[in-house]
Amino acid sequence: MTVAATSSTRQRAHVPQTSMFLRMIYRAAVLRRGRALSALVAVCVAAAVSTALLTLQFDARAKLQREFRNYGANIIVAAKDGTSLPLDAPARVDSLLQGRGAWAPFGFVVARTPSGEAIVVAGTNFARARELDQYWSVSAWPVESPCLQPPCAVPALLGVRAAKAFPDHTQSLALTFQGRAIQLATAGTVQTGGAEDSRIYVPLADFTAWTGLSLSTIEIEASGSTAEINTTLDSLTRALPDAEVRPVRRIVEGQARVLSRAGSTMLASALLVVLTAALCVLSTLMGWLFDRRRDFAIMKAIGASDRLLNSFFLVESAALGLAGALPGFLLGLGVAAWISRANFHSALTPRISVLPMVVGGSVIVTLLAAMFPVSRLHRLQPAAILRGE
Amino acid sequence: MFARLVYESFRRQKRRKLLAGSAIALGVTVATAMIAVATGIGDKINRELRSFGSNIVITPQEDSLDLDVGGVSIKPPSDGAFLRESDLPLIKSIFWHHNILGFAPMLPASATIETIQGPQAVAVLGTYFAHPYSYGKETLITGVRTTHPWWRVEGAWPEDGGHDLLAGEKLAARLNIKPGDTVTLAGTAHRVSGILSTGSAEDDELVAPIALAQELLGRPGAVRRVFVSALTKPEDAFARVDPKTLQGAVYDRWYCSPYAQSIAYQLQQAVPNSHAEPIRQVSQNEGVILARVEGLLLLVTIAALLASALTVSAAMANTMFERRAEVGLMKALGAANASVASLLFAETALLCTLASLVGFVLGTVLAHEIGSRIFGSHISVQPVVLPVVLLLAGVVTVAGSAAAIRRAVQMDPVFALRGAA
Repeated sequence: MTVAATSSTRQRAHVPQTSMFLRMIYRAAVLRRGRALSALVAVCVAAAVSTALLTLQFDARAKLQREFRNYGANIIVAAKDGTSLPLDAPARVDSLLQGRGAWAPFGFVVARTPSGEAIVVAGTNFARARELDQYWSVSAWPVESPCLQPPCAVPALLGVRAAKAFPDHTQSLALTFQGRAIQLATAGTVQTGGAEDSRIYVPLADFTAWTGLSLSTIEIEASGSTAEINTTLDSLTRALPDAEVRPVRRIVEGQARVLSRAGSTMLASALLVVLTAALCVLSTLMGWLFDRRRDFAIMKAIGASDRLLNSFFLVESAALGLAGALPGFLLGLGVAAWISRANFHSALTPRISVLPMVVGGSVIVTLLAAMFPVSRLHRLQPAAILRGE
Repeated sequence: MFARLVYESFRRQKRRKLLAGSAIALGVTVATAMIAVATGIGDKINRELRSFGSNIVITPQEDSLDLDVGGVSIKPPSDGAFLRESDLPLIKSIFWHHNILGFAPMLPASATIETIQGPQAVAVLGTYFAHPYSYGKETLITGVRTTHPWWRVEGAWPEDGGHDLLAGEKLAARLNIKPGDTVTLAGTAHRVSGILSTGSAEDDELVAPIALAQELLGRPGAVRRVFVSALTKPEDAFARVDPKTLQGAVYDRWYCSPYAQSIAYQLQQAVPNSHAEPIRQVSQNEGVILARVEGLLLLVTIAALLASALTVSAAMANTMFERRAEVGLMKALGAANASVASLLFAETALLCTLASLVGFVLGTVLAHEIGSRIFGSHISVQPVVLPVVLLLAGVVTVAGSAAAIRRAVQMDPVFALRGAA
């Protein structure tokens, strides 16, 4: 027996071992195609589901964050004690944000109507206000056009309650502030259910020309996570030491709360699904390997060492894991892209960092699946398996 | 004999049955939990979205314009019209009263406060903190602690019926007020029970029980506006139509949908001389976020169902495959294909039902756990999920085992017994 084993080892040393090894793996995949294919499909689907969920898990937070921008400003920069903000404040805010958010300047005065009623008039930049306050329901935005033939009526946006208070708002409206008059031409109305409904909005340039006052407030919607918003808040405080910079806690805290809850639910669900997929692969593969205990017994009977058998089954499983994970990854990306389009109406940013996770995870699961049957088969005598016990 | 075969099969193949059973149970657990989470998430996120504040405001119908700059009202507090505090419980009389999570009346007033530098004018805001009120037989608690969850108090919240009040943090810093201090407001001493931080205009004000503000204003029972926090359905095109243009069944459908608009409309009808309106900043966006989260969870649930179905059918295929020899023996003894197949299907069905029930219970526990871990409130599994899950598990199990059963039954017993399949 010892002699035979030694001679067979010596014999095997002559034939190219790697090619035999590869051939065995290849034949294992080709013969019993059905079982191998079902194991491959299981790995592939599990990898696809995991890829889709992990990609979405990362993507959804960013996408959801973007939805919160519709709540409008989450940071307010206001002049201290009713003064105006420094003239370069908008420029500083703009350079700090670098496009990661929106902002709009506002200046406020209390003006009088001809009948002596008080009304808040706000000067702003309509284009910026439109971008910042997407929840405003505006019938028609005023168009800011240079006045070619003075005197021109100033285009204005009327709050719905202000509009109701002046039933003749359809044409024009005359207002006075500290004895100075302005002629407004109503372009449209704004409805929010808030303080805006009682105001009149005019272009900031006309506002300054009329009242002699500059902007007193900049409303900022800083996008990003709570931590990023806090960073923006800090740098704004440093950049504008004379102004009061404060977060709109209602919005910032609400966003953090909803995002973290929704994110945790997504994560918990994703983990559940990934776990189920992994278990599915595990059970399929274990069944497949148990099924091949005869191959195992024959190999062992004709003198294969335990190490060779171990590496044969482990390499085979790892190859299956790889072969299933790669198409699964691509399939999963496709599914995630489709979900992203269906749910968020925007394209998905594929994350390469998910690839090692999915491939690594698949190989680990397939190796785990191989380890259990192999260790059990080791304890069995080949003769017993061959006899069908 | 048939029953005995099934019974013996379960008795003698405990390990194998346990393995297949646990695969089915696991699949059903995940499916149940995910269906529960996906159906419950809307309600949960809707409640979380209430942390953005009230979504409906009720104002007097004939109110003068607000003079509000930077959140600070410069309108004289006595100007304009008021609502009656005694009408407020009517908020709970509307069709969607279960959706009203809370409301907080507001009454701005002003008073002079004695400081070291002499008397100073301060704004005083009267409101409910956690005020009990009753409508019909119900006694409920409402106030800013429900509707304004971002308000933080260092110290203690005052009693609604008492004389204590809160000082906004900026005002407190300026006048050097600490929790427990006494301030003299309009000649009367009041204890400051806590320092309030809100991030808006209230930081510069005193916030008091509404009765105190009414007294300062000299208008007993008056309320300036009421903020209502309601669970609403996401806004769609139908929500935005003017109810006056609707008739008959269409009007009823609009009225009986919990849109912010229709709840506001009902509140306006319920509270005399009032005007109610959705606060667009809050109500508009809820729908979008809710729809996104729900949509996402729905798709994840589909993925979960798919993964569970695969697990179950893979396990079943394995189980059937392992029983070729048994099938061969039965066939060699003269069993007809149909009887062998019906035996295997009966076993499968029994196993599936038992395992699904276990899985359903585990899934309920899991959903409960997810709910309490993440949202601090439990997610309940609707009873209707049970038949759905049972049916799904049945279909998947049968589908998973059908091909394997067919193969096992059609195989020549000789090959099966020789183990050469």
